[in-house]
Amino acid sequence: MTLPEARQAPLPSYVSGPLQPASLGMLVLIMTEGIFFALLFTTYFYIRSGTQAWPQGAIEPQELALPSVGTFLLLSSSFPLILAEAAIKRGDQLGLRIGLAATFTLGVAFLGLQMYEYANAKFFADENAYASLFFVITGFHSVHVFVGLIMNLFVQARAWRGHFNEKRHLAVQNVSWYWHFVDAVWVFIFLIVYLSPHWYRFGQR
Amino acid sequence: MATAAGRLRRAWEAPNILAHIFATVDHKQIGMRYMVTAAVFFAEGGINAIVMRSQLAVPENTLVSPNRYNQMFTLHGTVLIFFFATPMVVGGFGNYLVPMMIGARDMAFPRLNAFSYWVFLFAGMMMYSSFFVGKAPDGGWFAYVPLTGPKYTPGLNLDVWALSLIFLGISTTAAAVNFIVTIFRLRAPGMSINRMPLFVWGILATSGAIIFALPPLTVGAALLEFDRKFGTQFFNPNGGGSVLLWQHLFWIFGHPEVYILFLPAVGIVSTIIPTFARTRLVGYMFLALATVSIAFISFGVWVHHMFATGLNPIALNFFGAAGMSITIPSGIQIFAWIATIWKGNVVWRTPFLFIFGFIILIIMGGFTGVMISLVPLDWQLTDSYFIVAHLHYVLFGGVVFPIFAGFYYWIPKMTGRMMNEKLGKIHFWLLFAAVNITFFPMHIAGLLGMQRRIYTYPSSLGVSDLNMISTVGAWLTAIATIIFLINFVHSVIWGEVAGDNPWHASTLEWATTSPPEPYNFRHIPIVESADPLWDAPPNTGWDTRLEEPAGDRRELYATSVLEPEPQILMVMPEDTYLPLLVALSMALVFVGILLDSMVMIGFGGAFGLLFAAWWFWPQEGMA
Repeated sequence: MTLPEARQAPLPSYVSGPLQPASLGMLVLIMTEGIFFALLFTTYFYIRSGTQAWPQGAIEPQELALPSVGTFLLLSSSFPLILAEAAIKRGDQLGLRIGLAATFTLGVAFLGLQMYEYANAKFFADENAYASLFFVITGFHSVHVFVGLIMNLFVQARAWRGHFNEKRHLAVQNVSWYWHFVDAVWVFIFLIVYLSPHWYRFGQR
Repeated sequence: MATAAGRLRRAWEAPNILAHIFATVDHKQIGMRYMVTAAVFFAEGGINAIVMRSQLAVPENTLVSPNRYNQMFTLHGTVLIFFFATPMVVGGFGNYLVPMMIGARDMAFPRLNAFSYWVFLFAGMMMYSSFFVGKAPDGGWFAYVPLTGPKYTPGLNLDVWALSLIFLGISTTAAAVNFIVTIFRLRAPGMSINRMPLFVWGILATSGAIIFALPPLTVGAALLEFDRKFGTQFFNPNGGGSVLLWQHLFWIFGHPEVYILFLPAVGIVSTIIPTFARTRLVGYMFLALATVSIAFISFGVWVHHMFATGLNPIALNFFGAAGMSITIPSGIQIFAWIATIWKGNVVWRTPFLFIFGFIILIIMGGFTGVMISLVPLDWQLTDSYFIVAHLHYVLFGGVVFPIFAGFYYWIPKMTGRMMNEKLGKIHFWLLFAAVNITFFPMHIAGLLGMQRRIYTYPSSLGVSDLNMISTVGAWLTAIATIIFLINFVHSVIWGEVAGDNPWHASTLEWATTSPPEPYNFRHIPIVESADPLWDAPPNTGWDTRLEEPAGDRRELYATSVLEPEPQILMVMPEDTYLPLLVALSMALVFVGILLDSMVMIGFGGAFGLLFAAWWFWPQEGMA
């Protein structure tokens, strides 16, 4: 087909996947959100670099048992979502619904653990800059998890109404991209906010 | 034929006047609203400036109290940077022009576009209303801690500043995402990346810069607000925090912000010059690459705002050199423009006069910029009126002059009527004189030791005459702006009818009617060069597939990125009140945070989620 002919041919509508402009929109949004968290981490290390003892004051490094369970829950929550997306690409409605619900449940469990940790923390954000960083970085992440859960709920509602099929599932894709991003950010938070104070303590001994 | 055009109009027009006002998603409407709203903020910031200059006209004046003066210079800077310049060039000119310049019928996300505008409006109202209750921010537009921390500035003033800017950031980010996707995916067939108008390059580079530069401001303002509201210790050295952290965060945003304003303005310049030089732009590719490289380099120079903070000398040298390296792409731009003017045959109409003024003023501002990128000289001049002179030469000369040029150039497209040429020329010469009368003496006053941000000075400082001259200049600036307003009103009513392409320009927005139809293009243009209207007569080379909408749908193409060819038929959203409702709910949340009202936060959040869900629930026929 020559170019002039191609410019007269009818075009497809309702295409999902990366061809949709909204996919690029979601990627750019994720990029700017990524910068947001990167700056929070930069702030962490900037304040850390100007301090002798880390954590500051009388605060002990965080216990790792509960956050490890949370990490496991959150990271594993991405897998049902991948399966759900694959399912709807085959037209499998039940697979989509189960996958979304499984991810939602794991996400709620993670958020519950976070709230439990806040409620039982031995310090509050106003104690010193270390405490502020701990609460603000994990807090911003929790807000993102919460938003991801709302988005998940919304897509579940649409999935139960049968809005999606093998060709039309843009919202499923965008919501799962966002969720994977929030997951990936947690890996950095776990390494930086939870693990690195232990390493610093280890180095100081 | 007439019926086909009628159906297109019915599909794209707002159904009634109420929907036209509150529900429109038309990029042209939204762009013009951005312009009018930003112009109101320009007037407000300008009135602040006039009052401040009047206070400084004579030594030991008592026109305004020191406290009020602090609020005024803070609002002047904050409002003009955040609520005038950025929304004017990006939201206003960008929205109005980008879709037409790339041969599209709307932005990629029209409802998000409307949402951006409403959030901008409400954030601006939130910021400015504080002035009328005497609680305006008073810590300078860069709000340095510890002055702005909870200890030294109790009260709501700085909370208004931080929360309004976080709120506005949502609008700016949404607009940047929208522009990036629009420019990458909605360009007309054949408009490859090396045929994009330079204004589109400018908006693309600026949007990219926003994506990377706005998060530091959001993080900084959020941490400041946490310090103020919840007693976190980020910026308190006694609590293990750091004061310099604020300056780093602010300027990692702040320096790119200067170019976020400047690059679209430069795009306006590069678009107008070839039209009035009656010749093709010299060095198109160099100008495009200079635009992108300025956006890139601007992220590596922020410490030049912090030379006097006692940082490591090696760091200062590095950032001084990085700052100077901006002169290379800037020089390429200036020489490309001069070469174009030289090669061409200039028609001295008002838009070109403003470009001419721009080139002179930006060169002067650039020179003083090179001076203060030298660390030892900066130590002498920092926080003096020399800095005030420098930044006003680059902002008034570098951004406001191109904005006026753009008004004279594109208002015929928006209203269908030409601006008055005689009044335009009076406006230009008066403004050009006034700007130099206002800001040039400030260089000398600064060298003589006058500090910025002081509400008065003793006569023994020897700067009284210079200040009087500056004040006269400020009043002349106001008069010049009033002449522009008279010209605008006069032209809208009695102006000469413009026709589709009154300047015989080369870019695609001139292929539409003046004012354009709601759907911009009946047929999608097929682009074969960087100057489509000069190289192909406007009645050839059209893609006619979207001539007849199926039903009353709004249809456009999504195209491929580098060498655009249509890929998908997009059905665009109808007019909707939801962006306004979501923005209102969010405004309620932010005012609730400001006033510690859990009721407002709760209601705002609940309604916001509800409306957002309604928004994203698919419309009939949309993907």
